[in-house]
Amino acid sequence: MYSGVMSVSRTLLGLLEVGPSHGYDLKRAHDELFRSERPLAYGQVYATLARLLRNGLVDVEGTEAGEGPERKRYAITDAGVTDVAAWLSTPENPQEYLHNTLYTKVVLALMSHRDAGQILDAQRAVHLESMREFNRRKQSGDLADQLICDHALFHLEADLKWLETTAGRLAELGQRVGR
Amino acid sequence: MILQASRLAKSFGATQALRGAGLTIDAGEIVAVMGPSGSGKSTLLHCLSGILQPDGGTVTYRGVDLGGLSDRDRSALRRDDFGFVFQFGQLVPELTCLENVALPLRLGGTGRRTAEATATVWLERLEVEEAGRQQPGDVSGGQAQRVAIARALIHDPAIIFADEPTGALDTLQGEKVMQLLSSTVRGSGAALVLVTHEPRVAAYSDREVIVRDGRTADAANAA
Repeated sequence: MYSGVMSVSRTLLGLLEVGPSHGYDLKRAHDELFRSERPLAYGQVYATLARLLRNGLVDVEGTEAGEGPERKRYAITDAGVTDVAAWLSTPENPQEYLHNTLYTKVVLALMSHRDAGQILDAQRAVHLESMREFNRRKQSGDLADQLICDHALFHLEADLKWLETTAGRLAELGQRVGR
Repeated sequence: MILQASRLAKSFGATQALRGAGLTIDAGEIVAVMGPSGSGKSTLLHCLSGILQPDGGTVTYRGVDLGGLSDRDRSALRRDDFGFVFQFGQLVPELTCLENVALPLRLGGTGRRTAEATATVWLERLEVEEAGRQQPGDVSGGQAQRVAIARALIHDPAIIFADEPTGALDTLQGEKVMQLLSSTVRGSGAALVLVTHEPRVAAYSDREVIVRDGRTADAANAA
């Protein structure tokens, strides 16, 4: 996701609320539903389930012997359901990006008599290329892909709007920072 | 290269809209012309497409200098080789949408029946065939833009010039219009010069040219 951290343990817990499942199926459901850039590693899934078990948020409902290792079937507990409900109903903190690296670069460029406009131009090109990539993915994808890509596209667009505003005020900013 | 402009200058009274702008367009490519309001991007589009005569500099289309053409020849070039999509108000209100789309063919001498049959195909391609019998004032903004795109493409132009084609639409409608515009243009093999200040619209292009204070910044193609 573009902005920040999604809680893997909460997500797996939320999937378990739909019905009991094995680690393998949880990983597959997670990767299919949320299309994250990096698929979950099995190690992370089993470590997360072990932690949820320790905290009393899931139980082992049964163990099935197969050709490979034993497969544990996990089920959510009442405490787990309460935890998911609290997480879902708590709004996320808006990401404000106040300490913006690009702003820092622009100010330092102005102070060192470099071409700050060039920094913004280079950034615009990279941002637009990234938007083209999401556009291509969106056009060949299903509704889930489209909505996930839209989220990234709107954030990139917001960055670009900031970039254009800043490009239009470089002279003023240069005076402020003593260039 | 199909179109080349170099050292373009254009003033309106004391205002210098263009001061040394240049760019090249290759056949079949989609180029976004971006820049803040008042940067000169629409004036650049009007000079590139022969709507305006620049005060200085040259625009060359397939090796022909537009400045050396008579008004009549330049009009014929615009009618036969170019297509136009503007923000709004471009359709003839007295004609139906179907008649609007057929207009470029009719002006080129095609008979009514053939022109309207072709127009029907284009309306279907732009997923707006239901608007054919209606007048522009009776359809939504998104439908009107699709009709305008159909009209811009019906005579198989080499270049489409589009000035803020989604400027009057909401996000979803604008998105649909851009998907249809970019896919039909790519399917037709025409080039598209797309003036926009919207990054999401520019993201449908192959590359962007930035206009600032009447000058272009296009490292690869500045002429």
